[in-house]
Amino acid sequence: MQVVLDNLDVYLEGMRTTVALTLLSFAAALVIGTMIASFRVSPIPPLRGAGAVYVELIRNTPLAVLITLFFFGLPKAGIQFDSFFVSAVIVLSAYTSTFVAETVRSGINTVAVGQAEAARSLGLTFPQVLFVVVLPQAMRAVAAPLGSVFIALIKNSAIASIIGVIDLTFVADQVANDNPTNAIAAFLGSAVGYLLLALPSGWAVARLERRTAIKR
Amino acid sequence: MIRLLRGRPTAVPLLGDALGPRGKRRVRVASFVAGVAVAAIVGWMIKGLMDAGQFAGRLWEPFTDSNVLDFLWVGLLNTAKAAALAMVLAMVLGALLALARLTDNRLVRWPAVAFIEFFRGIPLILLIFFIAIGLPKYGLGLPPLWALVLGLVAYNGAVLAEIFRAGILSLDRGQSEAAFAIGLGYWPAMRLVIIPQAARRMVPAIVSQLVTLLKDTSLGFVIPYEELLRRSDQTGKYYGNILQALVVAALIYIAVNYCLSHVAKRLEHRQRRRLGASGIRVAGAAEDLAVLSAQAQNHNT
Repeated sequence: MQVVLDNLDVYLEGMRTTVALTLLSFAAALVIGTMIASFRVSPIPPLRGAGAVYVELIRNTPLAVLITLFFFGLPKAGIQFDSFFVSAVIVLSAYTSTFVAETVRSGINTVAVGQAEAARSLGLTFPQVLFVVVLPQAMRAVAAPLGSVFIALIKNSAIASIIGVIDLTFVADQVANDNPTNAIAAFLGSAVGYLLLALPSGWAVARLERRTAIKR
Repeated sequence: MIRLLRGRPTAVPLLGDALGPRGKRRVRVASFVAGVAVAAIVGWMIKGLMDAGQFAGRLWEPFTDSNVLDFLWVGLLNTAKAAALAMVLAMVLGALLALARLTDNRLVRWPAVAFIEFFRGIPLILLIFFIAIGLPKYGLGLPPLWALVLGLVAYNGAVLAEIFRAGILSLDRGQSEAAFAIGLGYWPAMRLVIIPQAARRMVPAIVSQLVTLLKDTSLGFVIPYEELLRRSDQTGKYYGNILQALVVAALIYIAVNYCLSHVAKRLEHRQRRRLGASGIRVAGAAEDLAVLSAQAQNHNT
């Protein structure tokens, strides 16, 4: 374990990058995903179609394919980002947004149709129905599953290492190469870093799940 | 009554009932505007690719060459091979881990908990790097296929264990109590009463995990294992059409995964119709969307 302590600053820097990747991508994914979900439940066919195509195309493509396509393929079409980090955030948020969209959509569907009908019969307008009655109830159903999406994102962010973002996974590789006799410790150091992020998130999600459970 | 049922458009579950004349007009206008906007965005993307010369026949031609197609086909077969091996082994490992975690014996339970939480909490790619780069430094090098399969089995075994456990725990306690009451022991009760019922609930979750596993085989390209992504990458580098090669790879993955997801959805519908039971959901297995929607339906009823 000495090798981890000797390189502690490198690991902490890698962890910082992993956290930054995760948080930025999650924030962007929440915005894009909610927008796509609202497209998919809207009564407007072109938006529903566009939302469905976006989700099915991106969700069914492996993350490794998406990131190589974005990083090595798109520059051929003149779309290029100089920063590895920015490229990784764009790909991770696009990928995660499809899971957010599906989660939010199924959350909206958990609210019984009678709720919207009752709201309408009281004379509420469509935005009122959505924002006062349906979404607040949907949020309860969505909170814990979104937490699971977040945990998956922590782990998915490791894909950024293959395009050269110096995150926890990249650091493990680097330290293992510099200290071949201590490769196990080098990788364990990063594994512990990920567990420090994933396990507390897991407990928080479990707690959230208990607190938002709807007893019907 | 019949009119009420008909009046509910399946396309807009949120809004409740069918739109009136004004609503319909507004939807028509909005549809027109949105249609134009979507067409404009798609057109802009196509124009960008055209201007960059990415639709040139020269760049797509290699994919009509039977040698290239054979090369990619073998890549797809290698992907399928790794996925199939990993799935079978991960199911076995997952079942053992789930049973171990459900026993009362702490000496058995705790190692299982530690294994599950460890391998579920770290990224698969870190694990694969460790097996492919770390282990050889101790003289424990594995051929690429087995390095990939080992990583996939450890990770998916842990995830499947949680799916199995959730499936078993989702059964009503009365089932196991009744089994014990008629004199069955732990194993006969599991075999005859618990597992047959739990297994049916788990099928959709297992199929969606299979989709995730299939996507994750593409991580093999860093080892390097000659799977679809790696072979597409090589094709792209050889013919100088990396964008086209990766698009083709993506389309193949999308087609395969879309079919598998479709199977999962159908299984889930059939299960719900037959049993009226909902699936199970495992915190952390975020990609189990089929399961998630099952839970959503559960809230609804």
